Amino acid sequence: MPPPAIQMTGIDKRFGAVHANNAVSMTVEKGTVHGLIGENGAGKSTLMSILYGFYAADSGTIAINGKPSLIRTPADAIHSGIGMVHQHFMLVETFTVVENVMLGAEGGVFTARGASAVRAKLRALSHAYGMDVNPDAVVCELAVGELQRVEILKALVKGADILILDEPTAVLTPGEVDTLFVLLRRLADEGKTIIIVTHKLKEIMAVTDRVSVMRRGAMVGTVETRNTSPADLAELMVGRRVMLTVEKGPANPQGVVLDVKDLTVRDARGTVRLDHATFQVRAGEIVGIAGVSGNGQSELLETIAGIRKPAGGTISLNGTMLDCGGGDDPTALRARGLRHVPEDRHRMGLVKQFEAAESAILGCSDEPGFGAGPFLDRDAVLADCIRKMASFDVRPADPTLRTALFSGGNQQKIVLAREIERDPRLLLIGQPTRGVDIGAIEFIHKRIIALRDAGKAVLLVSTELDEVLALSDRVLVMCGGKITGERRPEDTNEQDMGLLMAGVSSDAPKVAA
Amino acid sequence: MSEAFQLILLAVDSAIRLSVPLLFACLAGLYSERSGVVDIGLEGKMLIGAFAAGAVASLVPNPWLGLLAAVMASVLFALVHGFASISQRGNQIVSGVAINVLASGLTAILGNAWFGQGGRTPQLPSNARFNEITLPFVEAARSVPVLGAIYVEVISGHSVLVYLAMAMVPLTWFVLYRTSWGLRLRAVGENPAAVDTAGLSVARLRYGAVIVAGILCGFGGAYLSIAQSAGFITDMTAGKGFIALAALIFAKWRPLPALGACFLFGLLDAVALRIQGVSFPGIGQVPVQAIQALPYILTVVLLAGFIGKATPPRAVGVPYLKDRS
Repeated sequence: MPPPAIQMTGIDKRFGAVHANNAVSMTVEKGTVHGLIGENGAGKSTLMSILYGFYAADSGTIAINGKPSLIRTPADAIHSGIGMVHQHFMLVETFTVVENVMLGAEGGVFTARGASAVRAKLRALSHAYGMDVNPDAVVCELAVGELQRVEILKALVKGADILILDEPTAVLTPGEVDTLFVLLRRLADEGKTIIIVTHKLKEIMAVTDRVSVMRRGAMVGTVETRNTSPADLAELMVGRRVMLTVEKGPANPQGVVLDVKDLTVRDARGTVRLDHATFQVRAGEIVGIAGVSGNGQSELLETIAGIRKPAGGTISLNGTMLDCGGGDDPTALRARGLRHVPEDRHRMGLVKQFEAAESAILGCSDEPGFGAGPFLDRDAVLADCIRKMASFDVRPADPTLRTALFSGGNQQKIVLAREIERDPRLLLIGQPTRGVDIGAIEFIHKRIIALRDAGKAVLLVSTELDEVLALSDRVLVMCGGKITGERRPEDTNEQDMGLLMAGVSSDAPKVAA
Repeated sequence: MSEAFQLILLAVDSAIRLSVPLLFACLAGLYSERSGVVDIGLEGKMLIGAFAAGAVASLVPNPWLGLLAAVMASVLFALVHGFASISQRGNQIVSGVAINVLASGLTAILGNAWFGQGGRTPQLPSNARFNEITLPFVEAARSVPVLGAIYVEVISGHSVLVYLAMAMVPLTWFVLYRTSWGLRLRAVGENPAAVDTAGLSVARLRYGAVIVAGILCGFGGAYLSIAQSAGFITDMTAGKGFIALAALIFAKWRPLPALGACFLFGLLDAVALRIQGVSFPGIGQVPVQAIQALPYILTVVLLAGFIGKATPPRAVGVPYLKDRS
């Protein structure tokens, strides 16, 4: 038996007070697809960054193909035959594909010879694996799926034998995911070693030979994929049994709360981001919006929330036409019963430097309960936060702790508590469980369903297809700013959704609302 | 030959002379900002360069030694800026402003202390300066209509630094678009993380660019004090570093348009010099101050939107920090 492709032993890494990797060991056999899973902050990205030389470990050793290797920089890693496809693509947007691929390996002082060598290699690889990319295309004009292909090609052209992919499916449609997995399988069969870092259990089950699970900075186990199940993996990740399915009764939709007609949004450059979106959301139902990230969902949410101005179309809330020109700003909309849990809590939902109690009253600080005139009643603010923390099970339940010090799940609960406790008639909620630990996902899903059962309207945007299908009563699919289809979750499947997400229109009749 | 044609030639000739310091500074800014380091300290680097050149050339009557001193002084300041903004990840604007303030104060104080002429350096003799070079065949060219006049008046008769500045434009283009270092430089200004993960050092590339910027600012400063003038005068850069920065934006960080932009500003300067004291029909004599303000007004007008969208290198001004997951 050949030596393992990768043997990491006793890897230890601290960032200040955070013990990101605690004596982690991991062995990956040559020619296999190896999964690495763990919750947010479990230390899997840190471990992979150490393997790629992006961070230096405090202690521990790495052996590549049985040979002890000192990997201190990405250059060392590349030299050892390691390539990495990062979650956020490491591409220069203004460069062509060739320029991106050759960066760092130009083969001389001048670029001309290197460019033609790279071109030849790209041609050979695209022949061998059917990865078609126009070498002269400028990267910013490529679709996300193509960008990922460029990243993989970049690693292969540099001679990678070991390929690390960090959350590779986050930006892909189900169809693209299948194509990627076929490619990874093939690369593994040809003797390359693949490590795939993800939090999606289904994908782990579909593509890997072996899975390593991390929890809170430590390696808790490595198992053969065929001997395990999603439920077992989830238990390893969280440390306790978790519910992976969402339980909900049938919806009981009432009158129309949100009525959107021909809503069109352009960005600063004039590009159409949202194209004549038309739909309704009724009281007592959850309408989900599915789609690959960046297909107009964010613009849709932000426009309804009053943050963006539409280029055309109308929005009615509870039968009243909104003044989208600026009259109905987020404050005015809140008074009308609209609440918004933004997609990116760090950018829009919270102030990380604030105390939890301060983050918990963002946008509500003028309410009479929190003080008089320009003054805040600190005791009231703290008491309110303690109340919210109790009802949303925020841990630690300390209102004076800085927001940044809570875990992703607890931060999200603070935002949810702030918006849901205000008894909205319509809740807009974007990416409710992004970066949230599995235990908290369960809780958040229950609260969203409880809100629906209380007769509220919910518009949910998530790029996690499973989440949208599990929570929604109706699903709208978006692609390229257009709503490409509407389905009931029970009447659809992944292939069908995948086609809609890729913008392939289908002739199936629309489900009546 | 018509008088108007002669007048145009003289204006163009004068514009070239006036645009040279702008061009050096503009290309310096181009290297620095293409690598992702904002360089508001072009002015200060040119000023300290001009002072060093003037001071050294007054002691040792050799313009090349003056130039070397200018480059060394300017690179030293560039390294200070590089240390603050690359190694220490400080605010690049603040660091640049500090460079400008330091250069302005230091040149005045040292100049006064060393030479006692109110901050000036002594008047330089001709052998301590870069003198005008008469290109070959000038006499023969005089007889050729139009082209000959252009050759004699515009192309011939500049100092070596003028020709160097002009040569820097295609050279910069070639370095940027045809060499590996240029590819890396452009990449590090757009997405330093991509450069880092490709196994290259972000800091090394940025220091390289900042040092090149220092060298070019040194050339620009030396041109001011030992080619265009015969000695250093307090604050002799007079905002040229900032005009160069405007030209850089106007040129959208590209070398060939940078030449055009700098020439345009130089031409405006030349025209401003020429129409001082001239009485215009209907308007009368335009105040000197109004004319001197012309390049600045043009800058504001151009930057206010007459140039279309100028997209700076994406990572410019942002210190590179590996994000900690």
